[in-house]
Amino acid sequence: MMKKLIVIGAGMATGRALEHLFEIAPDEWEVTLFNAEPRGNYNRIMLSPVLSGEKTYEEIVIHDDAWYADNRVTCRFGEKVAAIDRAARTVTAENGDVLAYDKLLIGTGSSPFIIPLPGHDLDGVIAYRDLEDTNRMIETSATPGARAVVIGGGLLGLEAAAGLRLRGMEVTVIHIASHLMERQLDAAAGYLLRKALIHRGIDIRCSANSRQILGENGKVRALELDTGEEIPCDLLVMAVGIRPNVQLAKEAGLAVGRAIHVDDRMVTSDPDVLAVGECVEHDGALFGLVAPLYDQAKVVAATLAEQEAAFRQKEVSTKLKVTGCDLFSAGDFADGETREDIVYRDPARGVYKRLVIENDRLIGAVMYGDTADGNWFFGLIKDGSDISGMRDTLIFGPNFQGGASADPLQAVAALPPEAEICGCNGICKGTIVKAIEGGAHDLGAVRAQTKASGSCGTCTGLVEQVLAVTLGDDFQMPTAQPVCKCTDLTHEDVRRLIKAKELKSQPAVWQELGWKTKDGCHVCRPALNFYLLADWPLDYQDDPQSRFINERKHANIQKDGTFSVVPRMWGGITTPDELRAIADAADKYAVPTVKVTGGQRIDLLGVKSEDLPAIWADLNAAGLVSGHAYSKGLRTVKTCVGTDHCRFGTQDSTGLGIKLEKALWGSWTPHKVKLAVSGCPRNCAEATCKDVGVVCVDSGYEVSVGGAAGMDVKETQPLGKATTEQEAIDLTIAFVQLYRENAKYLDRPYKWIAKVGLDWVRERVVDDLENRQALIDRFAVSQSVYQKDPWAAHVAERAESYQPLTMLPKEAAE
Amino acid sequence: MTDWIDIGPLDAIAPRGARVLRTEIGCIAVFRTAEDEVFAIDNTCPHKGGPLAEGIVHGHSVTCPLHNWVFDLRTGLAQGADSGSVATYPVRVHEGRLLADPARLVKRDAA
Repeated sequence: MMKKLIVIGAGMATGRALEHLFEIAPDEWEVTLFNAEPRGNYNRIMLSPVLSGEKTYEEIVIHDDAWYADNRVTCRFGEKVAAIDRAARTVTAENGDVLAYDKLLIGTGSSPFIIPLPGHDLDGVIAYRDLEDTNRMIETSATPGARAVVIGGGLLGLEAAAGLRLRGMEVTVIHIASHLMERQLDAAAGYLLRKALIHRGIDIRCSANSRQILGENGKVRALELDTGEEIPCDLLVMAVGIRPNVQLAKEAGLAVGRAIHVDDRMVTSDPDVLAVGECVEHDGALFGLVAPLYDQAKVVAATLAEQEAAFRQKEVSTKLKVTGCDLFSAGDFADGETREDIVYRDPARGVYKRLVIENDRLIGAVMYGDTADGNWFFGLIKDGSDISGMRDTLIFGPNFQGGASADPLQAVAALPPEAEICGCNGICKGTIVKAIEGGAHDLGAVRAQTKASGSCGTCTGLVEQVLAVTLGDDFQMPTAQPVCKCTDLTHEDVRRLIKAKELKSQPAVWQELGWKTKDGCHVCRPALNFYLLADWPLDYQDDPQSRFINERKHANIQKDGTFSVVPRMWGGITTPDELRAIADAADKYAVPTVKVTGGQRIDLLGVKSEDLPAIWADLNAAGLVSGHAYSKGLRTVKTCVGTDHCRFGTQDSTGLGIKLEKALWGSWTPHKVKLAVSGCPRNCAEATCKDVGVVCVDSGYEVSVGGAAGMDVKETQPLGKATTEQEAIDLTIAFVQLYRENAKYLDRPYKWIAKVGLDWVRERVVDDLENRQALIDRFAVSQSVYQKDPWAAHVAERAESYQPLTMLPKEAAE
Repeated sequence: MTDWIDIGPLDAIAPRGARVLRTEIGCIAVFRTAEDEVFAIDNTCPHKGGPLAEGIVHGHSVTCPLHNWVFDLRTGLAQGADSGSVATYPVRVHEGRLLADPARLVKRDAA
């Protein structure tokens, strides 16, 4: 007969415990699972990406209905347990049901701590703990002009603040200590973090005390500080800490201190009752991070299965899940007489690292801006390694130890099997290697089998490196992978070497950079062709045979082998004459579909290859030129009507759109480039999801970059403000040229910016006026060669190549 | 002995390029490599019917423009992980002219 297990709480700890239990003792337990939240187990630490819009709730669900059904778990979600009767070994549900258990597992977690300030019960004052809180924050952020105050400058508070800011709210963080995340960071790293958050538009107040929360009609209106200052808000998020939920356990007479007492086997003072997660106290310690919780879950499962296991407290490390703020902290970094510091600062790059050493052992590490070596340092701390031999180069990380190899793969290759790769799930290198050798040959498969990198995801790069080390040539690194099989060099390497060695032709590249194939392939040739023409517009001869068919034939190929033709309509403006010419062409060439594109142009779909030169000639005759709708180049500049017709429009957005399109058309870029100009913040031209978006405001023009609405949807980030139209055009051109000169082929601007950092871009395009002008000048040189209508050129010179070679006469074949 | 027929000048095809030859049995793609070798294969990719003459030519291979299947121009066999093939046809260059074997380019009777 199956034994009965009742679990109270369906969080990450109990969920993991059940997974282990079903693995090691299948079909032994009949499980009933209570949860106060009306849902099952989800990845709570990923609520921040849900808040910021980078993930959906569905993506963070750990166990779906099918999982519970497959494992025959009786789910009682949305139900609390009213009482535990240890003598009778039963629990009583809220509705009065009495259920018997053989073993009881308590995983009631914790509740956010709400400071009992006057006004804390007003509507709009919330904690940041579960999906309801997250949804409430998302809802409020949808109100235009909504403001938020976050009390608490710790991990959770800052993630909440960053998420709300990304959703467009004005956010102020109130923090009682003198620097942010004071439990994890020292003052210097806290300063850099503060600077980065202020740069994102978040208002940060440190050493600030709250006095009361002010309301109006029962709703929160503002936070009053003890200085008397009032900070208006529509939402007040308290993220000041958590308290273990122990009420139920206390009432049941279990031993409870700050939380439920458990021994090394996670058993409470009652041998039939176990506890796990944030509600337990082990050897005087409480637990809030996921790594120790998962360790406990393993022990719980083993105890239930009557196997030997013991929970041991370990060092933990912290990372902040705010995209773009790289921060790592582990161990103890308080000052002390016997302790020594090694500090590395690079103010220009915003990098700070501090190592704390005691008795030749690393005991603490704080890093900001470059956290790539975080796990390596964390390993040294946990293992208590003697670092005296590498003290001189310790701060530079594993690549500089023993022989100064710059290859990060060697460092990973050198890790012992028991080195921990995934801190959240406690997965070591050996487990990952075993999974890879068992057939898990990509990140997804490794994640599915071992859970490594499946929680907070910050170790994804390391897992990929383990894949690369284990599989060798069979694995292509998603980052820093070679251009293609023709070379071992990355795109970035190739770009650098083309400039450094002044390589000005494809054969020169193949020869000098040791290409393994005679003349490349369909992957590298289009990239090389672009790099060469971008770097040497006056010297390099464009190679049509290294272009994808769309660019070679200046039309988009469709699934049936026909093509689509899109004439340029500057800024989306056209005339009756142009429309007549388009309609006539559509009739004459029997175009089956005429469609308005998302970029405000007209698309003639279904044109036969051999008709292309003729239809182009007709459109050219009406004054229309190629819209480059097929190109890795400037596509369209979308506009609204601005001051011409709109009662809200603040500037001539259509006119600026036309000027930008006339300046930029014909330029080739690493990927397609789309622009838009909106006449006011109502943003009718959808400028905030374009590669470059200009939003006109009363005081001028806000130029933002790095948006996208394709495979990924991204909102633009502000590049700079311009007071004149010319300045807006200059910023745009300089940005496009910087992108042309530096980005990897097929990276849209948002991907490129994510690699180099927006600050780096701003320094070159906005701050350094001399450099801005140099970029504009180089763009002009390129345009002098490439700003030509390719339709006209092909009609004049290459029309014949669009025709079949010859019609084979029937009689000749006889 | 076959009487090869003239289907046009070699220069009608760009190096690493292709042109289509329309025949009774369908469209055939005639390729010219960087070294001026010529090959002829069916123009239609067996995967989703992509026009192979519009693909990028590299070495002795062409990549289909629709979904990047790669075919060896000498054998017509799909390369890499893909499996499938296209028919190949004899073509050659003589004194700057492209010559094709007409026997392979007409419909055959059931015999």
